[in-house]
This record gives sequence, structure tokens and C-alpha cells, in this order.
Amino acid sequence: MRFRFALAAFSLTAVLSAALAEDLGSMMQDDRQWVMPAKDYANTRFSKLAQINAGNASQLRVAWTFSVGSNHGQEAAPIVIGDTMYVVGAYPNEVFALNSATGDLKWKYSPRVDPSSQGVACCDVVNRGEAYDNGKVFFNTLDDHTVALDAKTGKELWAVKLGEITQGMTITMAPIVVKGKVLVGNSGGEMGVRGWLTALDENTGKIAWRAYSVGADKDVLIGPRFHPFYKKLIGKDLGIATWPPGRWQVGGGPVWGWISYDPKLNLVIYGTGNPGPWNSNQRPGDNLWTSTIFARDADTGEAVWAVQLNPHDLYDYDEINENLLLDLPIAGKMRPVVVHPGRNGFMYVIDRATGQVYSADKYDNQTSMFGVDLKTARPVMNDALKPLLGKNISGICPASPGVKDWQPTAFSPLTHLLYIPHQHLCMDYKTSEVGYIAGTPYVGATVDMYGGPGGYRGEFAAWDLTKRTKVWAIHEKFPVWSGTMATAGHIAVYGTLDRWFKVVDDRNGKLLYQFHSPSGFVGQPITYQGADGKQYIAILDGVGGWPGAIANAEIDPRVRNGALGFAGAVGDLPGVTSGGSTLLVFALPGGGSNAH
Amino acid sequence: MRISLAALALLAAPIAAHGATLRVCSDPNNLPFSNRAGQGFENKIAELVARDLGMTLTYTWAAQHETFVKRTLNKHACDVVMGVPEGYDEVDQTRPYYASTYVFVARRGRARVASLTDPRLHTLKIGVHLIGNDPAPPEAALGQEGIVDNVSGFMIYGDYAKPNPPARLIEAVEHRQVDVAAVWGPLGGYFAKVSPVPLTVTPITGTHGFAPLSFRFAIAMGVRKGDVALRTKLDGVIARERSTIRNILAGYGVPLVDLKGGADD
Repeated sequence: MRFRFALAAFSLTAVLSAALAEDLGSMMQDDRQWVMPAKDYANTRFSKLAQINAGNASQLRVAWTFSVGSNHGQEAAPIVIGDTMYVVGAYPNEVFALNSATGDLKWKYSPRVDPSSQGVACCDVVNRGEAYDNGKVFFNTLDDHTVALDAKTGKELWAVKLGEITQGMTITMAPIVVKGKVLVGNSGGEMGVRGWLTALDENTGKIAWRAYSVGADKDVLIGPRFHPFYKKLIGKDLGIATWPPGRWQVGGGPVWGWISYDPKLNLVIYGTGNPGPWNSNQRPGDNLWTSTIFARDADTGEAVWAVQLNPHDLYDYDEINENLLLDLPIAGKMRPVVVHPGRNGFMYVIDRATGQVYSADKYDNQTSMFGVDLKTARPVMNDALKPLLGKNISGICPASPGVKDWQPTAFSPLTHLLYIPHQHLCMDYKTSEVGYIAGTPYVGATVDMYGGPGGYRGEFAAWDLTKRTKVWAIHEKFPVWSGTMATAGHIAVYGTLDRWFKVVDDRNGKLLYQFHSPSGFVGQPITYQGADGKQYIAILDGVGGWPGAIANAEIDPRVRNGALGFAGAVGDLPGVTSGGSTLLVFALPGGGSNAH
Repeated sequence: MRISLAALALLAAPIAAHGATLRVCSDPNNLPFSNRAGQGFENKIAELVARDLGMTLTYTWAAQHETFVKRTLNKHACDVVMGVPEGYDEVDQTRPYYASTYVFVARRGRARVASLTDPRLHTLKIGVHLIGNDPAPPEAALGQEGIVDNVSGFMIYGDYAKPNPPARLIEAVEHRQVDVAAVWGPLGGYFAKVSPVPLTVTPITGTHGFAPLSFRFAIAMGVRKGDVALRTKLDGVIARERSTIRNILAGYGVPLVDLKGGADD
């Protein structure tokens, strides 16, 4: 077997009836639970449960539902610890604990989130999920608090404020816990926020370390242990030197996506967002460390390596997407790697210990860059499509949300395939007739997005990481903005903006089951086993987020450039869905079964 | 004029869209345009409109950030936004009721720059406003000229916990942090007028080479898409009250330029 990950995984199936492990690292190997949104530190979103499988998925039905009560984009993954499911809604970020088999409500926690935080969040008021460790549930609020709750009672244990919404900072990402530290990153790059990743003591909320994405080495936690693979990343205070004077102070590089952890190398690995808020002609230079993947010591936060994917980003290509920690054959030898499905449209395979980019293949239509120069890891830019003031430029692919945005992929060690929910959009840069004028309302009215070649706007694709090719793909009318998961039952699961919950055969993409849900999906599916021995699949519906805000009636679809240009791409969405907030839980009919 | 301060309560109130109430969405912290105390020129013009139409003025207050229109006008929390630039297509617009220009603001006695092509701009410390990832015109034009290292940016949204966040740029001129600010006229004109430090306000010229970047904009009122009835009423007020509006704007130091097309004066 080529994937060492898979060898380890299957020896654990036998312990399903054993007592629940209490160490987080062990808990994530117990597939009765789903202890973090990414399922495990490697961010595989793969479960060994197979009671629901390709042979019987057509019999799925809704077991129970629950409303989280706020019709904004629901991007969160529920988590399951023991027989309890925890779920957090979009603003105002209420947290619910439910019996994972029956849906009975155990407790509810309602934070008092500052209503004005809604006005400063860039792209709907989403929340991407919670974390768990040692009897505590952790989550972030839109108004910049990290909160710890007693998992049994819902009692607040601590809450710390990490930023000021009045300065444009919000927090939307799902925290993760590594060795007793809660890792949290901020949002708001376009608002002049300086990006950071912060580690909090899980018992007190006290800041253990903070690593900025821009600024001096001492702030970025770059020191003697930092050994980037590429020469251009070596130098003093590059987080200042690669910007015109002072620009870094509001340089962006927020950390609003996913964090992985390699226990063997003791590295946390994550990507930073795009540079902001300056016009690109006012920030000549590479703008380090924006749009960069960092590997940091989990205990101290010290940078160990980094690789910048989009130097001097021109297209809003954040690189906050998930990083899957897998073992892949590289030049005939198995290597621990990072797989990063880039927002810029390249499937990066990066050495996990050194940051060397082994390959970067286009995984969808891409016109703004010709390829990635593996000697430097820098993209080869298509100069003809560089946005220039005073020039209308058509056919830039992917559009600003990238080939794939935050919505995470899943990897099955059985099929060796990566399942990719993503958009298929291009854009035109139009010279704005109206620049922004102080004292008037603002929309980023400079781009116009539309479906890419073939006319479809989204896709659910299976990518072979060894052969480096797309194996199959399902075209969707709208961008696929939900996450996905895969299981040992050979199913992959996702949801569409036009309200379809879908289960497909992970070997060929054949549709096995679909359900027309109350609202469109921007959430993340998970699976677990209830105390009744039944396997369940859970996902939040509730359209929203960047593409979906148009459908929860907040953006006028007649305004093609609304929602930063996305309204043009999904103007027909309000015709098929409106807002929602329903947690849907599916199972097979009949009593519990311990079928493998 | 009665001004309701309990704005959020109005969100739920079943007020007829065009009854006896003029419902305005406005920023509570953004002079010279508006504030919760009703001290901005948009507040004064809203009062004028309500008086002219015999309506009662009420406000819904919301920071005029990126999602302003969708959170307010599009959710029927109000029916009018007092200032939108001509061509802004998220709303339907009245005819423009004034036009202004970007200006340079400097301390009196400093070299007075007017033209964007003035070579001194390569060495003076310049302050500009920043917004999202989209350039405001002066930032873009200076970048195009390669004027980068001596330019400082001030977030237009700034720290909303402080009064009138965009005013930090003018304060930077007062405090000698920058030599000259390139700023939208109403802001520059008003804060220069109330500044404890004598300031000069000079309309920006020499902009032709930077087309299609524009430095002069006409400003209209905005109503919800399709609200023709209200737009027609407002157009009537703008025509009738032209000189009063002009006087209000002049009182706030707003640099006025001729309206481009469409206007009848």
C-alpha cells in the first residue's frame, strides 16, 4: 500500500466498542466520534465507518433535524464527542449540545455578540466550527472572542477578547487544539487588519504565543530555527523589507482558514490570506508573508519553514485553504507531504519537513498564471491578464474566490483520491466608473464574475494525487461552497447552493442519494456513530457566505457587482433558495446495527 | 425637527414606506456627512427634505461600511440614503444635488500643491485614504506615477470607536505626520474649517492624464431599486430647494464644482 496513513487507519476498526479514549490525538482515530471539523490533525475528513455505504446509501432518510435559529450562511461543521454533538451557528454564534442519536437538546449557550460586528464582517457573518479538548468546547465569536465552555454543562469557563471589531477585525475560523493550546486566527485583511495566529492556554485563555503574518521577524516569530527552502525567503525582516515603507502595518495576511498538525515533526501548518488593503500599484514587492504557507513549532510558534504561493498577489488569492498531511511517493520514495489545493488553482504538493514544492498542477481552468516554477515556487504570471487601471480585462480565471476557497476537501486512503468541492468561475476586471468616495456606501464594484468554460459554475471533483490527474467530476450549476467528507463505505458527501444534499460513490461519482433540503448548503458534512449503534451523517444547511449572501436576501440580485462581484455569478440563486439554519441528520432506516 | 434616536426599534415598526415618515439610513459617526446628534450636512438636508414634503424624519443608524445598503435600505429599515455617487448601481438615484472634488489639504504656509503632476509630490509626505482592496482615486493615481514610498495610508473605516474615523487623515496634517492629504472635498473642506491649525484646501487639478480615474463626482440621494414614487418626490425637493441645499453645503466648507451633465444649473 502506498499510503502509510491507510495502514495505520484500519487496525483501529476493532476498538469501536472500547471505552472512549480521552487523549485528543487518540480520539480522532475513533470513528464513532468526529472531534474536530477537519476530523483529524491531518485534515483528511475521512471516516472508517461503513454502515452507510455505496450499496445502501440510496435508502438514507432524515433521522432528525434541528434549527440553529439564525438565517445567515451556516459554514460550521458539527463535532461529536462521545454521544454528544456540538454545533455553532453563524452570528450571533449560539452553541448547542445535542444527543447525537436522538437530537434531544442538552444545553444551549448564547454569547452576547456585539451586533455591530455584523457591519464590519466582509463576507456574511459565518462561523466554521468548534474545537474540543479535555472536557472543554472552544469556539470563536464574530466580535473577536474565543470562548471555552464546559462540554457537559455548557457553562462558560473563560472568554478572552483578541481584537477590536471597531478596527475591522472579526474571527470566523474554527479553532483547533494542539497540546493544550487553542490556536486562533483573525479575519479582516481588506479592512487593514494585520493577520496573526494566536495560541491560547486551553485552561485559562492566556496568550502563549502570537505569530504575525507581516512585520519584523520578532513579530512573525522568525528566528534561528527558520530554514525556508527557497533563497528569496531568506533575509532579515522580510515582512517589512518586501513592502514600501510602513505598508506592512496594515498589510493583511489574516489567518481565517484551516490549521493542520504533524505530531511527529511537532509542526502546525497553515496558510495566510492576501495582502491588503492597498491597491497593488501602491505595494510593489513580494508583500511577505501574505498568501504564504507557514510551518511552526507547536510549542513556541517559531517559524520552521515557509513558502509564499502568491508573491505580490493581484487577484485576492488568499491561501488559507486546508493543508492535508499525507504520505505520497515522490521520485519513487514515500515522503511526508503537505497537499494544498490552492485558491490560485494549483494543487501544491510540498515537503512537510522542508517546504520544498514537489509539484503544483492545475486542477481546474486557470488563465491568470501559466504554471509554477518549481525552482522558486513562484507562479509564472500571465502578464496579459494583470489588472491595470484604465484597462478592462476579460477572462481572468479563476475569479477572486479562486478555483477553491475555504471549503475543505477530503481524502480517502482507500481510493487514493482527493475529493474537491469547488467553483468554476472567471471574471472581468472593469475599470470602475465610480471610485470609492468617502461618505457614501461602498461595494467593491470592480469585478464581474461568471461561469467558466462549459457554462457550469461549480464542480465536485476527484483528483488522483499520485497520477496527478482528475479522475471524475460532477458539474454543478452553482459554485460548490460546502465542504465534503469520505468514508470507508465508499461514499463522498457534499451539498449544493441549490439545496441538494448529495451522496456519491467515491470511486466513480455516481449519484447514490440526494435530498432537497430547506436551504442551500455552505456547511461541512460529518459522520459518526450514535449510542444506538447507528451511523449518522450530519450537515448544516443555510445558504450564505460570499456567494450565498445574495440568496438570504441581503444583496439585490439586480446589482451585478454586489457581494464583491459574486452577485453576477449567482444572480439566479434567489430563485431556488432563501436563507436557512437547519441541521440535517441522515441515517439508514431501521434499528441500530453494528455492520462494519 | 424631531429626530428619533431609538433607531433600531424602528426596524420592526410597520411604517408605511411612503406615509408621513421620511425614513433615512445614516451613519451615526461620520461628520461632516452625518452623526447621531444630527450635526452633519446630510442631517440638515434630510431635515430640509422632510420639511418640504411635510413628513416626519426618522433615522436608522448604521456604520456606512461595506454591507450598509444590504443591511439597511434593502432590508426596508429605511427608504433613503442621503449620499451616493452618480453611477453607484446598488440603489436607484435621484438627480445629483451637488458635486465636489478631491482636494489637497496642507498646513497654511506650506508649499501649496494643486496638480497631480507637481514634481514636489515625489518628496512631500502624502496621506491618502484606503478602502478595501479597491483604490480611492488619489491612491491609484500616485501609484501610477510611481509615488509610493512617501505615501501613508489611513483606513477610511479606521477605528470606529473614535469620533469620525476618516478625520484621522486631516489630524495627520495638523500633527505634521504628513505634509499634504489628498482627500475627498467635503471631508477636507469641513475639517479644515474647524481645525485649530490653519489649513489650506486646494482642489486637485492635472488629473487628465489619469483617465478613466475621476476626481470629481456628483452626489445624489439613493432609494431602493424600483421606488420610483419616492425618487420622484425627492427629485422635486432637489429642484425646489436648490439654493437652500447649496447654502447648507457652503456652511460646511464643502468645495462645490459644477455638476456634470443632467443638472440644470
